[in-house]
Parts: sequence; structure tokens; C-alpha cells
Amino acid sequence: MKKLQKADYIKMYSFMLKIRRFEERAAQLYGMGKIGGFCHLYIGQEAVVVGILMTIDKNDSVVTTYRDHGHMIARGLDPKRIMAELTGREDGYSAGKGGSMHMFSKENNFYGGHGIVGAQVPIGTGIAFTHKYNGEKNICRTYIGDGAMNNGQVFEAFNLAALWKLPVLYIIENNKYGMGTSVDRAAAGLDLYKRGEAFGIPGEKVDGMNVFSVIEAADKAGKYVREGKGPYIIEVQTYRYRGHSMSDPAKYRTKEELDNYKQTDPIEIVKAEILKKKIATNDEIEKINKDTLEEIKNAAEFATNSPFPKDSELYTDVYL
Amino acid sequence: MPALSPTMTEGNLSKWLIKKGDTVKAGDLIAEIETDKATMEVEAVDEGVVLDLLFKEGEANIPVNKVIAIIGDPNEKVEVKKEAPIEKVIEEKKIEKNIETKIENKKADIIDTPSPKIEENRNLSSEEITMRQALRDTMAEEMRKDNKVFILGEEVAEYQGAYKVTQGLLQEFGKERVLDTPISEHGFTGLAVGAAFKGLRPILEFMTFNFSMQAIDQIINSAAKTLYMSGGQINCPIVFRGPNGAAAQVAAQHSQDFSSWYSQVPGLKVIAPSTPYNAKGLLRSAISDPNPVIFLENEILYGLKGPVNNDINFSIPIGKANIEKEGKDLTIVTYSIMLQKSKEAALRLKEEYNLDIEIIDLQTLRPLDTEIILNSVKKTNRLITVEESWPFGSVGSEIANIVQRDAFDYLDSPVIKVNSADVPMPYALSLEKLYLPQVDDIINAAKKVSYIK
Repeated sequence: MKKLQKADYIKMYSFMLKIRRFEERAAQLYGMGKIGGFCHLYIGQEAVVVGILMTIDKNDSVVTTYRDHGHMIARGLDPKRIMAELTGREDGYSAGKGGSMHMFSKENNFYGGHGIVGAQVPIGTGIAFTHKYNGEKNICRTYIGDGAMNNGQVFEAFNLAALWKLPVLYIIENNKYGMGTSVDRAAAGLDLYKRGEAFGIPGEKVDGMNVFSVIEAADKAGKYVREGKGPYIIEVQTYRYRGHSMSDPAKYRTKEELDNYKQTDPIEIVKAEILKKKIATNDEIEKINKDTLEEIKNAAEFATNSPFPKDSELYTDVYL
Repeated sequence: MPALSPTMTEGNLSKWLIKKGDTVKAGDLIAEIETDKATMEVEAVDEGVVLDLLFKEGEANIPVNKVIAIIGDPNEKVEVKKEAPIEKVIEEKKIEKNIETKIENKKADIIDTPSPKIEENRNLSSEEITMRQALRDTMAEEMRKDNKVFILGEEVAEYQGAYKVTQGLLQEFGKERVLDTPISEHGFTGLAVGAAFKGLRPILEFMTFNFSMQAIDQIINSAAKTLYMSGGQINCPIVFRGPNGAAAQVAAQHSQDFSSWYSQVPGLKVIAPSTPYNAKGLLRSAISDPNPVIFLENEILYGLKGPVNNDINFSIPIGKANIEKEGKDLTIVTYSIMLQKSKEAALRLKEEYNLDIEIIDLQTLRPLDTEIILNSVKKTNRLITVEESWPFGSVGSEIANIVQRDAFDYLDSPVIKVNSADVPMPYALSLEKLYLPQVDDIINAAKKVSYIK
């Protein structure tokens, strides 16, 4: 496994915390009517993307679902501009035209943010195809929700990726519910990581509440893919604390179930490890907490003060 | 000569696998025949001795249903007419389904005599090539220029293309750039869109556009919209091409015209070539374009021959229609295969009613060249649109709307649309003919807008 430095622990904690604070603030702005439409929060799942982040090369590509705010933060993108996209303002990453579900940053090899369940899977496979076609050593990390694992195009993409030995790492974020339908009510066969077996794609299941487990699995899988052996699937067992989107009261699950997962909160696990290893003191952690809160407050401030797109922008960016 | 594909009208005798005097059983291979799509082996249906081979190896363009060999009992005196009469039904079928033949016949009148004005602008080759060659050559030329251009689709490589449009590309460019895909449109279309997002320039062949419906989410939700949704960051330089519309008696699921479907979508450009000449110029523009382009070919037109411009940089701009024939009495706006029918109608309207027809070949459906249409209507004061798509919300519907809005005072009669029937495509030959717009339908529409009883 990748050897973690002290700075790595701080980085992990900071990023996970930043995602959590960002999402909490987004929920608040949604409640105030500053954010509209669909808004899918990542709270509870922070260890997944941050764990993967620890093994990523900046020239690797990423493509994900509509639950993408945390993914952008983990990619090192500016929370101010992410939040400004959520508020639909001209400083947003998509200039206010994409919204929460459709955000991109080409210069950071972040290819969205896709609103159609499953659509990002062939797309990510095609980005991996390009890395191979161009003779690059990079790989494409393609995130998939558990709901998409029952979607036909995912298997078409698996077949193509295995057939052409494409450098794509599929990461299934199994947060237990596809909207309001639990995995066991949607999937015949609960071991989603085994769904590449028919194509000869190796798969592995990991605890997604524990960032260290994620890093270990991502490191191993990433090496496999980068060596040109073809695709690999990681199923990360995680849990979203909030509903599917802001408008979902999540009545389909019990409070006990939620509380049970909160006992293994991914951020607390990292914090405990930092304190145990004496990487930082309580005071130092408090400072990170305070700074993060401040950064996100500023992001919200920025996002609500950024101007709406000009009317003339309605007709731009349809064609290049 | 057996008909070995729905659109085959003649074949080439590549090789005999039998010789005179051989005894053959039903099921034995007797010959290799090159069709419009592929070279295929033909089996004997009857048993007996090969009494005669009526064509030599290498003979080309042998019409379907011509007797090519006689197999029978040598002891029995058989009266064989070497020029066996072609059954009447088959003859009708051939005429109806074979627009290529019609075009060949009319060529002297139409194809070979472009107006002098057009001739000046066209640096035409002396040699005529088919539409499929024109498409193939253009892809090869662009692939030589830019190694980011690659082609993928079902049967494009080893098989050399289901309609031979990609013939020879695998041999020249290798399997890294000419990729056979599984029958998996949703998957490989999404893959190609992802590759285009990342900077490659895929040419994606749909075996026919009917199968693009399996992938339409990726075409519209991903390819067409991402530039907008990303605030201008991520473009999608891809060409979706393949045959569109009716072939010959392949019925409802394999005979559908998608021109108005795709033309409705902002973010897509939609092209429908009608001749080898404009196919070449337009495909080059499509491959060079930084946006997703739907390139609607037509299976029946693949064999259409015509001169082309062989300059490897020759292109026809997207969004420009062509005045195929100038006239003063009435404007016909059309595209793709209906250009040929419109030309036939124009000839007859001149002969029978002395009407001087102006024909506009749209070439691009989106963005639409409204200026050329409006200018023409302002001159002729009469308009009919001719297209193969269903009537509801068709390209002609939009043109009628634009013309009534912007040239209302110039119209001397209502605009009439000629479309396919508003039903799924039937299989039966007789019904298929009724379904598709025919020359007589165009003539009737022209008479109506001209108030000729």
C-alpha cells in the first residue's frame, strides 16, 4: 500500500471536512432558495472520493455522476466557483448553465458531472480509450452509483473496456439506495463488484467509510489498470446521510440505520487516527475546522454575490 | 443472377466454382458473386449436370434474374432460353426499388448536365464515382491528414463495411484507427462521445440510423448538450454517419427517416447529402467541424455515380443549400434521395405543363439555409417541400412556418408538403410504394400550388 506521510493525513482530513462543510452550506442555501433544481449531497461518502484522490495523478481523468460537488472539491477545484455554479451564477464552473449536476473542468481533467444515470460509464470508458489511443500512461476513473449497476449501457461499456483493454478504473459508490429503492430491491445479486466477472474484469469490495481501506484498494487497482491490464472494478460500501436529493425526506429507511452509520463517520475515523498518531494536536485540528468553515462561508458569500449570467449568454456555447 | 441483398440490382461474377459437365447437388457452392455490399458464395438449389455457363468469370453488371448457368439432366432435351424472360412482378419490383437505375437512365438529362453557372464553380473530375466511394475517399483523406480521426462501428473493419463504405480503411490505417465494435450502440456511442470530449475526432458509423435509437440518449443528452452545460469548455467533435431512411422492403423497424428528429436538437448539426459531389464536400466539413454532426446518408444512393471534386481540401460549408436547378414558376425544397425524384418531377412538369421549376437541395438541415429558401420563394411565389420523413413536425413543416412568417406577402398559394405516409413503413412492395413520396405526388403538389386542374 501507498505509504502515507503526515501531510497526507492532514490533506485527507481537510478535504473530507471541506466537502462536508460545503454540502451543509449548500443545503442551507437550498433552503433559502438560493440554489434551485436538483441538488444531491455527498455527506457521509467523503472517504470514497478522498481515498481515491490520494492515489491519483493530476493527468488522470475523472468522470462521475450528478452527486458531484465532493468530487470537484477533491479534484482541487475552487469551492467558490463550485458553489457559484450551484447558485447559477456567471462565475460558476459552467458559467451558470450546468447547475449542480453538470459541472466540468477540462483543464483539471474533470469531465463531469452527468445527469443521466449510467451515461457517464461509456463516456469514461471513451476517455480511457483516448488515453490509450494517445499512448498516455494515464487512466480514467469512472464513478458509478449502485443504481446505475442495473443499467444496460454499463455492461456494454464493461464489455468494450475489457475487449479493448482500456485503462479505466470503475468505482461503484454503493450508498445503499438508488433514489428511494434499496439495492436489495433493485439488484438481483448484491455483490456489485462481481458484475464484471463475465467480462474477466477483476472486482473488489471495500469499506467506504474508512478512507484507509479505500486508499489501499484504489492503489492496488490503479496500478493494475495503469500497467495496461485493462479495467478494474472497486465497489465501495458507503452511506449517504441525507436523502437522494434535497427534496427527499428519506422515509424509506430508519433513523437507527442512519445513526448506526454515523457511528463510523469517515471524518471522525481520520481525526482519531491523526490524534492517535500525534500528527496534529486538538488545537491544530480546531484551527483546520475553523479555517474550513471560514473558506466555505466565503464560498457561499461569493456564490450569492456573483452576477447572474447575462441574457446574451442564453445563445452562446451551443456550437463551438 | 440471384438478388443477394435488398438493394442489389446487378452483380459481378467473380468466380465460377463449377465447370461444364460437373454434377452438382443442391447446396453445393457454384459461384462467387460480388454484390453492391459484399462478395458472396452462391449455392445450387437444384440437382443435375452443369450444361452451360452463360457468363465468364469477371463479367460485371449482370442484372438480377438473368440466367447465368444451366443445370439439368443431360439426357433430357431441355429447351432453355438463354435470355430468360424476367417475371413481370420482379420487373416492377426492380424498377420501384432501384432508383439507381432510374438515375442512370435520367443521367443524360440531369446529372451530366449541370447548369453552366454551377459547372463553373465545380472543379469536376472527368471520372464518375459512386457515393460510397466518395464517402470512403473523404474519410481516408481526412484520416491521412489528422491521426486523431478514427472510425468505429459494426462491421467497419474486417467486413469492410456493411455497405462497403469503409472498404480498404482497415488495410490502410490499421486496427487502432478502424475499429469493429460489438452490436452495442448505446455503449460504443457513449465511448465515442467520451473520446471526442477528450480530444479525438471519431467517425461513428451506424449500420443504419435505425439503430441510433439505441444510443439516442448519448447523442442528445451527452454529445449535443455538453458544450452548453460546461459553459463552453467541452466540445464534442464527432460525426455520426450511416444510411438513413428507407432501403428496399426492409419494413418498419429498418426504414425510418430521422432527419426531423435530429434537426430539432440544438447542439447538433445535421447534413443530408444527395450526390457524390456534395457528399464529399459535406463529409469533409463534418469531420473538420468541432461540433457533433449527424450525417444522414441513404442506402439507395450509395451506388449513385457522379463527378466529384478531387481536391483533398475541397469542402462545402455546413449550412449552405444549393440551387440545383434555377426556375421561375415554383420552388421545390428537398434533400437527400428526394432530390432525384424532384428532378424527375421537374422534367415532367416542364414537358407536360410548361412549368419552370426551381429546385433547392438543402444539403444541411441544421442550421437551415433560410435565406436561399426565402429568396427563391420571393421570386417564384410558390413552394412545395419534398422529403421522405413522416409529415408531423417535419423539416418541411419548419420551412412552411418560416416562409409564412417571413415571406407571407410573396406567396400566391399555400405551401404544400410532400412526405411519406403517416404510418409505420409496410413490408409489401405495393404498400411501400404508396408510403414513399413518388414523382406523381410531387407533380400533383406542384399542380395544386399552380392552380392547374
